[in-house]
Parts: sequence; C-alpha cells; structure tokens
Amino acid sequence: MLRYTLRRIVLLIPVLVGLSLLVFTISHLLPGDPVKLAAGPQATQADIDSLARELGMDKPLPVQYWNYATGLVRGDWGQSVLTRRPVWDDLKVFLPATLELVFAALAFAVIVGIPAGLLSGVYANRWPDYLSRVVSLGAISMPRFFLGLILQLVFAMALGWLPLGGRFPIIDEPPPALTGFLTIDALAAGQFGAFWVALQHLAMPAIAMSLSPLATITRMMRASTIEVLQQDYVLTERALGLSQKLIVFKYVLKNAMTSSLTVIGLYVGWLLGGTVLVETVFDWPGIGLYATKAIVSQDFMPVMGVTLAIGTIFILSNLVVDLLYGLLNPKVRYE
Amino acid sequence: MALLEIDDLHLFMRSFEGEAHVLNGVDLAIDRGEIWGVVGETGCGKSLTGLSVSRLVATPPARYARGAVRFDGTDLLRLDEAAMRRLRGRRIGMIFQDPTTNLNPVFRIGEQMVDVALHADGADASVLGLPSGASRRARKAAARDLAIRMLDRVGIPDAAGRIDDYPHQFSGGMRQRVLIAMALIGRPDLLVADEPTTALDVSVQAQILRLIHDLVRQDGLGVMLITHNLGVVAQICSHVAVMYAGSIVERGPVRAVLKNPTHPYTRALIAAIPSAATARGTLKGLAGSVPNLIHAPQGCRFANRCDRALPACREGRPATVEPSPGHRVACNNPAGEAA
Amino acid sequence: MSAVAGNIPSSAAAARLQNWRRGLYRFRQSWLSVVGLAIVVLLLVAAIAGPWLVPYPEHVAGGINTGARFKPPSAQHWFGTNELGQDVLSLVVAGSRVSLLAGLAVVTLAAIVGTVVGAVAGYVGRWVDEALMRFTDLMLTLPSLILAMAVAAALGPGIANMVFAIVLSWWPGFARLVRGEVMARKEEVYVQAARALGASAPRILFRHILPNIVSPIIVKASLDMGFAILTVASLGFVGIGVKPPTPEWGVLLSLARGYLPDYWWTAIFPGCAIFLAVFAFNLLGDGLRDVLDPRARR
Repeated sequence: MLRYTLRRIVLLIPVLVGLSLLVFTISHLLPGDPVKLAAGPQATQADIDSLARELGMDKPLPVQYWNYATGLVRGDWGQSVLTRRPVWDDLKVFLPATLELVFAALAFAVIVGIPAGLLSGVYANRWPDYLSRVVSLGAISMPRFFLGLILQLVFAMALGWLPLGGRFPIIDEPPPALTGFLTIDALAAGQFGAFWVALQHLAMPAIAMSLSPLATITRMMRASTIEVLQQDYVLTERALGLSQKLIVFKYVLKNAMTSSLTVIGLYVGWLLGGTVLVETVFDWPGIGLYATKAIVSQDFMPVMGVTLAIGTIFILSNLVVDLLYGLLNPKVRYE
Repeated sequence: MALLEIDDLHLFMRSFEGEAHVLNGVDLAIDRGEIWGVVGETGCGKSLTGLSVSRLVATPPARYARGAVRFDGTDLLRLDEAAMRRLRGRRIGMIFQDPTTNLNPVFRIGEQMVDVALHADGADASVLGLPSGASRRARKAAARDLAIRMLDRVGIPDAAGRIDDYPHQFSGGMRQRVLIAMALIGRPDLLVADEPTTALDVSVQAQILRLIHDLVRQDGLGVMLITHNLGVVAQICSHVAVMYAGSIVERGPVRAVLKNPTHPYTRALIAAIPSAATARGTLKGLAGSVPNLIHAPQGCRFANRCDRALPACREGRPATVEPSPGHRVACNNPAGEAA
Repeated sequence: MSAVAGNIPSSAAAARLQNWRRGLYRFRQSWLSVVGLAIVVLLLVAAIAGPWLVPYPEHVAGGINTGARFKPPSAQHWFGTNELGQDVLSLVVAGSRVSLLAGLAVVTLAAIVGTVVGAVAGYVGRWVDEALMRFTDLMLTLPSLILAMAVAAALGPGIANMVFAIVLSWWPGFARLVRGEVMARKEEVYVQAARALGASAPRILFRHILPNIVSPIIVKASLDMGFAILTVASLGFVGIGVKPPTPEWGVLLSLARGYLPDYWWTAIFPGCAIFLAVFAFNLLGDGLRDVLDPRARR
C-alpha cells in the first residue's frame, strides 16, 4: 500500500510537468499582447519593450517556459500585470474561499444524495424513485447561476433571511485565519456568532453549487443500489433473517457507496472549475471570481495560475479517490 | 406431523411472455433427522421450492395460487413478514450455491456472523443464553464468541484469528464453511442447502458434504439438499425427491428409489450418469425438452418425452403408486418392479 | 471475396434494425423521453421560425420602446417588457436560435474532432495511442469553463469565436469514448475478416468500425447538447462571447440581474428558457440512450 502510494506520487511528476506545459502553450498561442495591455493605452513602443524585459517576456518561448516552470516550484507563479501582485499570494487568499464553497456543496450533495439514491434504488420504479429521478434530472439541467438568482430573489430579497452575497460582512472582524475556511476558523476560535454569520453567507452559494453533484450522486447511488440488491449476498442476508433496515442501511449502503465515492472525488476538481458563475452571482471572493476578472482584462498570469491550481487539485483528488477506494473496498489489492 | 410439510404448492411466475406455472402441486414432507435430496434438471423448480420454505420468492412477479408450506404446523404463506423473519436464520437456515458471491465482500466475516447471531438471539434468547436484561455490548461479545465456536466447528483453523478477515481472504471451500457456520449459528431445526457444492472444486466437494452430513446428524436437523447430482444424493441423503417441470414425480427413502427407480424420468436420470463401467458410446441422453411452462400441457408434463406414455397420461394428473412403503411415484405406467 | 466481406455487415445491419425497433418501443414506453422530444421540437420551431412568429419582431432586431419600460406580464406582453421597453417574450423566443445553433455547432465540431482523435488513437495503438491519450487526459484536467472563457475573451466577441473556444475543451470526452469503442471493435470477427481480406486501414476504420459505433456517439452528443447550451448561456451571462443586443438567454439574464427584485420577469423567463432547453435535451438523451445503447440500461 505504501509502495503503491509512493509510486503513484512519483508518477504525478510528469503529469504535472505536462499540465504546466499545456497551460503555458495555450496561453501563448492565444492572440492578444498582455504586455501591451498592461502598459496602458498611452504607452510608447519603448515603454512596452522595457516592461517586457522587466517581466522576462522578451526571451525565447522555451526560456520563458523554463523560467515559469522553475518559478512554479519555488512558489513564484508570476504576477498579475494589472495589479502587479504575485499570483501565488492571491491564490493563497482566494483558493480557500473556493475550496470551502466546494466542500460545503459536496457535503450537502452527499448528505442529501446518498439517502435519496439509496431510497430511489430500494423503491425502484415506484413513486419515490420516479420523484427522485425527475428531480435529479431537473437539478442537472438547472443553470447554477439561474438557481443562484432565484435563491437570492427568494431568500435574500423577498424574505430577507440570508445575505445577498459576499463571504463575511466587510465591517466585521473575521475569525483568525487558520485553515482559510471561515466556518472552521470561527469554530476553532470559539466564535459561534461568527460561525453562524459565515454559514449564512455560505448557504445559498453552496446549495447552488451542489445541484449537479447532488443529481449525479443520486443517480449513481440509485444504479449501484439496484445492482447491489440483486447480489447473492443480499439474498443470504435476507434468508438468514436480517431486517430490511439492517440490510439496506448497513450492508447495501456500504457496497453501493464504494462506487459512488469515486464520483464524489472526481467532482472536487470539476466543481473547482465550475464555481465561476456562482461566485459571480454571489460575489464570493474565490478563484472563480478572480479568474473572471483576469480573463476580462486579458491578464494571463492569474488565469494560468488558477488553471494550474485547479488542474493540480483535480489530479490530486483523483489519486486520493483511488487510494480511498482501496481502503473502502478490501478486494482491491495494490501491486 | 412432520417438521416441514409442503402441500400441493402451486406457484405462478409472471414474465415478459406470460405467466408460467412453475410449481405444479409440489408435495413433500421432511422430518427432523432426515436429509432429503431434491434432484432435477435446471429450471425444474427445485430452487424455487427451497426458496419458498423461507418465503424468499418475490411476490410479485411470483404468485402462490394454491397449497401450503407448513413449518411446525404453521402455514408460512399466511404468516406476516415479522413472524416469518423470526424463523429465518433462527429455525430455518439456508446455504446457497456460490460461496464467492454469497458473503458480503466489504464486511469482515465476523461482522456478518454476529449480526445473524444477534438476530437469532432476538427471535429466541436461548441462542446466546444471556439473561434478558443483558447489555448490547454483552450480547455482541457473546455473539462473537458463538461465531468463533461455530467457525471452529465447521473446521476453520485458527477461528479466533480469522474471524476479522474479509471473505476474499478465504478459499472457496473455506468460504462455504463460513456460510455453513453462519446458517447454523442460530441452531436451526431445518437447513435448506441449494447446490452447496456445485461451485466448488471436486476435491473440496466431498469435504463439504461430509461436514454438512456430520453437523446435521449431530444436531438432528431436517435438511433439504437441492442438487442436480444424484451422486451427491447417494452419498449423504436419507431420502430423495425427483422433480420434473414443477412437480415431484418420485420420492422415498434413498435406497428404495435408487435401487428401484420407478418413474420413467428417474430411470432416465440414473441412466444418464456415466460410471467407470459405462461402455464408450453408450451414454444415454434424454430426447426432447422440458415443456413450455407458460402453456403447460394437460396431464403428465413428462408425457412428451416419455417412451411409456399412454393416452391417459395426456388427460389428467397421473395416478400415484407406492412400490414400497414411503416410496411414491406419480405415474400411470410405472416401470420397475411395481409394474 | 468482397461478397463475403459484404455479407457479414449486412447481417449486423439486420440486427441493428431489430435493436432499433425494440429501442423505439422502449422510447415510447418512457413518457419523459417523449416530453423531452416534444420540447425539443418546439425549440426547433422557435429557432427556425421564431423571428416571424413573435409579437414584436422589431424588438428582436434591436428596436426599443422607451414608453413601455418594465411593463409587468400582461395580455400585450406575456412575459412583460425590459429596461428598453422590449417585449421579453419576443427576445426569449428569438434567443432559441442563438442557443440551439451554438449548441449544435459545439457538439458537432467536438464530436468530429474527438472521433478523429479517438479513432486514430484506438486503431493505430502503440505510441500514437499513448501520446494522443496522454494529451487528451491532460486536456480533461483543465477547468473547461475557465478555458473556454479565457480563449473566447482572447479571440474577441462573436458566436464563431465562442463556439471555437468551447469546442477546445469539449472534444476530449468524445475522444475517450470513441477510442474505447474502436479498441473494442478492432478485435471483432467482421473487422478481422476485413483485415484478412486485405482492406486498408482507413477503409476498415470508416467502412467497418465507425458505422458500428455511431450509436454511442449520437447518445453522447444528445446528452451533451443540453450542457453545450448551458455553457453558451454561461459565457453570455459573464459577458464573454455573445454581446448585447443579440438576444441570447445568458445575456438577457445577466442584463436583468440589475433589476431584481422589482422587475423579476426580465430574469425569470430567460432563465426558465435555459432550464427548459437543457432539461428537454437531457430527457431526450436519456431516451435515446435506451434506444441506441441497450447495454447502458438504467
């Protein structure tokens, strides 16, 4: 197991190099001159040249890539040509906000989706099943930004129960940074009031984000529940008198969850890239909003940084899923 | 009154093409200490008969049209689900064919056995023998001890050390031993074993059969052993019932039936067993095929393959003859010494 | 010789027809798929004939009516009017053309690119497969929406640029699918027979393998259609790709955001249109999967 884990980690290196090369190549293939843009409309050709020299963008592309890649390892992810701030520093601020959103969305999706899918499978082709299938297909089809707007319209504007957007009131002092997750930091500091406020801000964007993983988990869980219920060992369990409750919620649940878990892990990376719209609607200060602002002003370094960060997390979460899968399913043996 | 009495059981099964009459008046009585072999070819209804004893046939698509399954005098088909469940695992144990798929792969074997033991104890507190106010923890510990003792009884070496292993860590034969231990942990009165050795290596089959034989003899269980292998029946059964297309065509003490097979189907079945003495090229098969059970023919269902069939065989239910006490044959034109 | 080679696929064609009949029966059994198909047909009608059907075609062309700003839904304006006094119903109906056209273009182009890459990788195998698939996997790790946004923004506004940008992140899914199917078919008897008869690689690929894997490609395309429409609307919503005054659902929704909650109808109707279109294609795709891909039962 340990050797397998180590080997998988070593094999990550070429993948990460490939990822950085791909991101670098795409960004240099695109039209648009970021230096010219950064120098401003009044800049002369001389101004542009000197800024290019300053940013190292006058060198040949392989050299530029080499500088970029070695910089990545050292924690120098380039800087925004507009704000002149290091991308790495920005990511350290914005990534936790997005991760908090993604994990909250996944938690909601798992808490609702696993039981919904399980019941759907147990009651296959009866009304609880039809209901959950139509709802989950609807959830997959619902644009996240539209659901976000409806939630805002109802819970913030009409009812006034929840804040319209943002992550924490600007005038209040946030809890001391520890994990970067405001809810957890607030709990860690014992500030339950702050925790409640952070949770209120988190609720709507997290629910808007959770729609598609919720629907997918429900469908996966339904399919695997139906499959597991047809297994011989369920018949044996039934034949030896175990109750339907014990069979479904203990024996079937664990078997069915093993395959659904894969999806949950894959969604971490996928959702990270999909927060853009929800962050825009709810003004959530995460990497999605950060990337959108950079994209609109054609500021390449932050976009590359965000893309790389998401790609890396995607690859890492796949690895974690594989390893966890082995822990949950004792039949998987590592060579 | 026998321990188990299946009485004129009729079962219909709804399918894509129509409703099949899959059990056509099954009659069978099993008493404590008897090992009944139920033999027949695939699809003859022997597994459905076994499942009916624990009422594990899903209804729908199945439908019991007539008859009763009496266990200790109670008709199981009229029992409510909770009462039926109290019998399963406690008074009726079951073993199935493939030990590789009948243990839940993601749970340790001990966990599964403990749950069965706790269930059996819930139905009858004498299983664990604890006082009525025993804590859940004490019951779990007692159930675990019982599981280890059972594993030891079925011949798992180092039972205490292996109880926390996962199914995939055992060989096929060992897994079937675990399943036998699990089926017997509630001290049942009746064991239904559906092809318990078919999926095993030939070398292991004899060991498992001997184990079942020894265990049920020690405890005086009644056994319904479902198999398609007459050799298995000859080895360990006291009685045999031969099934064809949803009915029992011949039954009785194993010696009487095998020595003096009287129904033409039983005779064909025995003739089809190759032995060392069988001359090359003389192995007999049976012509024709099992009738379609959706539009089952009137009368004897074997008539279309039977070389002794009379016109009456296609009219109504065949008459019953009794060549020797307890040996009953449903046939209008029986072969063998009764004829 | 060629008669022999020709005979084998023709029996396969008969089997396909048989599958089609069974599938069609299953499709009609599932009323949700029929509902999906009905909505899709409605959308197609709106996309083709929309500009002539709507009550205020001049608004679709960009005309405004400052006298009738923010009228709530009424008999004259079923969906109300927006900040420029334009009839929201007319804009929403006209928006179906952009969404369907862009969605169709995205899925078609992605299917073509993905099929070529996947077929070559799967058929040639060895290092070509290795290289193409590693590249495909890398593309799959990139966040597709951000990639599409960045590329569309760099290329500048316009539907064609937007479609290109989305296709860039969309083809790898098709490539993976087609590669798997090609690898599976490569070993089948009729392909080996064709190879033994000396058919060239392109001929085997196009005449013998691809016709047999059209079904999974169509199923994926129909399921992807909804998400392509969603992605187009997403780009419009963040202001990249299609720009006003083109009546695009995402653009309409993003413009309406500023007028919530008082003038909710300007946002709700375009949003519902997006939802309905995506939902319809998902229902249809689910049904088509039952028809065309009997192995992937639900």
